[in-house]
This record gives sequence, structure tokens and C-alpha cells, in this order.
Amino acid sequence: MTASTHFQILIEKNQAKLSARRKVTNAAMLALTGLMTLLALVPLFWIVGYVIYKGGQYINLDFFINLPRPLGMEGGGVRHAIEGTLVITALAAVFAVPPGILAAFYAARYPNTPLGIALRFSTDVLSGVPSIVIGLFAYAIIVKPMGNYSALAGGLAMAFLMLPTIIRTTEEMIKLVPHNLREGSLALGAAEWKTSISVLFPAALNGIVTGFLLALARAAGETAPLLFTALGNERYDIRTIINNGIAQKQGVFQILGRIVDQPADSLPLTLWKYAQMPYPERVAQSWAVALVLMILVLLVNIFARLWVESRKRRLQG
Amino acid sequence: MNITIETQTQLTATAMAENKMEVRDVNVHYGKFQALTDINMTIAANKITAIIGPSGCGKSTLLRSFNRMNDLVGNARVDGQILLDGADINAAGVDVVDVRRRVGMVFQRPNPFPKSIYDNVAYGPRLYGIRRKSDLDDLVEKSIKQAALWDEVKDKLHQSGLSISGGQQQRLCIARALAVEPEVILMDEPASALDPISTLRIEELMQELKKNYTILIVTHNMQQAARVSDYTAMMMIDDRRAGMVIEFDETKNIFTRPKDKRTEDYVTGRFG
Repeated sequence: MTASTHFQILIEKNQAKLSARRKVTNAAMLALTGLMTLLALVPLFWIVGYVIYKGGQYINLDFFINLPRPLGMEGGGVRHAIEGTLVITALAAVFAVPPGILAAFYAARYPNTPLGIALRFSTDVLSGVPSIVIGLFAYAIIVKPMGNYSALAGGLAMAFLMLPTIIRTTEEMIKLVPHNLREGSLALGAAEWKTSISVLFPAALNGIVTGFLLALARAAGETAPLLFTALGNERYDIRTIINNGIAQKQGVFQILGRIVDQPADSLPLTLWKYAQMPYPERVAQSWAVALVLMILVLLVNIFARLWVESRKRRLQG
Repeated sequence: MNITIETQTQLTATAMAENKMEVRDVNVHYGKFQALTDINMTIAANKITAIIGPSGCGKSTLLRSFNRMNDLVGNARVDGQILLDGADINAAGVDVVDVRRRVGMVFQRPNPFPKSIYDNVAYGPRLYGIRRKSDLDDLVEKSIKQAALWDEVKDKLHQSGLSISGGQQQRLCIARALAVEPEVILMDEPASALDPISTLRIEELMQELKKNYTILIVTHNMQQAARVSDYTAMMMIDDRRAGMVIEFDETKNIFTRPKDKRTEDYVTGRFG
């Protein structure tokens, strides 16, 4: 009894002091975490703000629709790089999406088979390979045998880069689909492939698309894999290729072939080249290129969000 | 509409037969583990048969043997015979798709597909090659009506199946199962995730459905088994943890004068 009253007296005596200290500590920690949050936001806003500031000075409609002018001349644009980026990422998507998604379905359904284990292991390895090594590989298997640099080789290098992300996110998304949806379909007599296409794929589609766009955004911003594949091409001009093709009465596939079979530029590649040129005009343009790249990635993300949200609303009713 | 004609002739043929399904000396193993041991029971046509028993006694495993859903578990092995209209559903040459069309299933949690109400119900018929819109419309309407859901969803057939309440979703899943015109419906605790009012509606629906279908239900809820079923199988695990049927009888006998002491203890709530 004495001990407990003794403690009670002590506690009461300390109460006021302790309570004040707790409040101070709480306020200090809150201030610290808040401050660090602000600090973490600084680089984000700094980068975005600085690119907008530096790039915005140069950007105008001409910059999007014109090809580069000869060195030392004012004006000109980077349409060649925008077109090249679109062609290369489109090729990458065409190469990476079908095998990536199908492989992910296999791995999600048969995770513990030798093939499933091998897939998971190799996606881990592939996602850790430096992108420049992937570019070198694409050089060896496409550029050398074909004898020229091309958008095709760039697209393939990008596809290798996207593949692990697509496989892993798709696999995770399929695994998140409730087990009883799959059983519901199978119990109606549907085959496994039918269940995968008609039930699992639609149920996982939001996540699959999100993963695909993350991969796409990452690929669109990569420079290294294009250095010895797409190489760069200041005269890359799809409109001229198409017009020439039509004038020469070429078929659609021939024209498409021409578009992918020549060296192409991309926004990051152009940025990298312009930034190290001894012409102030080009250096200024490289900031504008950075801004265009950022806007492009942002647009892709916004579209993806809107699409996913509207689909969610439609499915949840 | 080939399915309809076929099913109707089958129905008239089987209405004569007293037993729709029969289980003979069935043992189920998962790898080395024995999940069910020496199961013998008969499933009377146009009746409701309940399977009760404590958790983990193999009720669901047994239920899933009736439409070969155990096939999906890689290392599962079913020995013995499960007869549907006298033919073994596990025999070589039997198409599992055909078994699952004739023996439909409703799950514990409502599992509508992320599609419209209409497409959920039309999913099964489409699998069996029914494509004509008028045929599908008829089947969808008929099935949803049979599942006592029509008045609630007739104006929103093209809204998502996930937009309706849990109880409605479960009736949608019943409609989906009915749309392929099965002969037997397996229900794995179909009301355990639902509120009492939705549960009551499902139970009333079962009484209505048994006029045309044979129903097998697994339930944890003893009152539910007593209320809805005509026959009850009481399951228990033996000392090797394998499930077995310890008593199988008319429901009123199981609940009023059980022969086995363990059944009595279970249905009176003394354990389990």
C-alpha cells in the first residue's frame, strides 16, 4: 500500500512536467516530419519548375511541327524526335505486350512448374540488367545482321527493357483476382483459356494497363538502349516517307517497313545530343525537349488514370 | 436452343429415377493426405440434400467431387464412383465440361463476373454456342426470373453485376448457374455471407427450385439444414483427420432422433 501511494505521489508530482514534455515532443516530431515532407517535395517541384522555366522560353507550336534547322540557324523544331519516340515506343509495345501478358498468365497459373520458376527468375535478372547492355545486345542481334541502325532495333531494345515490368505487374494483377471468380467460370464448364480471356483478363485489366504504361513511360525516357540501335536521325520525317511511298505507289507494308527500317531519333536521345553541343541555340532547345518529354509522359499518365477510373466506375456501377 | 430440348427430355427421363446421383465408396486424397474416406450416399432427385458437420470435415471437398471441381487441385485423386443418372462422372471419356453443365455450382461468396448483369447470365449459354440475341434474351430473362431477381434488375440488365447488393449478387449467381439448364445444383454455404433477410430469400428460392432441380447444399447453419433440406448427411473426421459420413437419413430423423451419439451432440449444439 505504502509503495503504491508513494508512486501515486511521485506520478502526480511529475504529471504536469511529463504532460508538457509529451506535448513538446509531439509538436517537435510533427514539425520534423512535416519539414522532411517539404524537403522531399523540393527536388520534385524544383526539377519540374526549372524545366518548365528553361524549356518554356523556347517552346511554341513551331517546335512541335518543324524539323531541325541547320546548325547555327534560329528556330526549327523537334518533330523528328517526337515521331521517333512514338514509333520506337509503339514498336516496343508491339514486341513486349503480347509475349509479356501471355507469359504472365502462364506464370500466374503454373507458378511452381519449371517454366514458371524460370520465368520469374529471368524477369528478375532481366530487370536488373543495365539498359546500355540491352542496347548492346540489340545492336548485336539486329543492327549487325541488318547492316544498319534502325527504329526497329531501338524498339526491340526498348521491348527487352519493358518486358520484366509488364510480366511482373500482369502476374501480380492476375493473382489479385479473387480465386472464386475463376472457379465460378470453370464451374460453368468454361475451359481454362476461356476463363483466362473472359474473366481473369477483364478483371485484371486496370492493373495490367497501369503496369504497361509505367513500363512505357520508363522506356520513353531511356537514352542508353538507343545509342547503338536507333542511333538518331535529324531528318526522320514520317510525312515525307509516306508521301514518297504514295508517289512511288508502294503498299502499306512497304511504307511501314520504310518507317521502321531507318535510323530514328527520340526525345531523350535528342536532349542528350543537344545539351552537349557548343551552340547556345541547341542547348536552349534541349531544355525545351526535356519539357516536351515531361509533357508527353504526363499526358500518358493522365489518360491512363482517366481510363482506369471510368472503367472502375462502370464496373462497380 | 438445342440445350433446352435435350435437357427437357433428360428431365422427363430422370423424373422417374429416384436417385439423381449416387456416391459409392469414394475416397479422396490430396497427395498422401486422405481427405475423404469411404463415402456412400445417394442424392434423391428433386429433393434438397444437406451436408453438415464441423469445420474441416471435408464437406466442401465432398461437394466439389460432384462436379469434379477437385480436378483443379493438382494432386487430388478421387477413387470410387460418383454416378450421375447411373453413369460415373469420373469415367474415362466423360467430358468434364458436360459434367459441369449438368451439375451447376453456387459458391459461398457471391462471385459475379465484372461484367453486366446480362452478360453474367449469358456467359454460360454463350459457352455452349448460343449466339442468337433472341435466344440469349429469353434464357437470361427466364433464368433471372427463376432466381427471383427479375423485378429488381429488369431495368438495369446492362449495369455491372457488382452494382447490386450482396443478396442480389448471390441470386444473380444462381441465375447464372440456371442459365445452362443444369440438372443438379451444388450450393457451398450459399447464404453464409448474407444477412438474415437475404438468407431467407435464398432459402425460399431453394424450395421453389427443387421442383425442377436436384439440390445439394453444404451448410454450417443447423437451423438452415433443418428448415430447407429433405435429407441430411452428417460428416465428421476420423482419427486420421479424414472426413466421413457418420449418418445419412431424412432430415427430420437426423434432428429429432439421431442414431449416432456424435450427430446428437452436434445438432444439439454440444460441440462443433
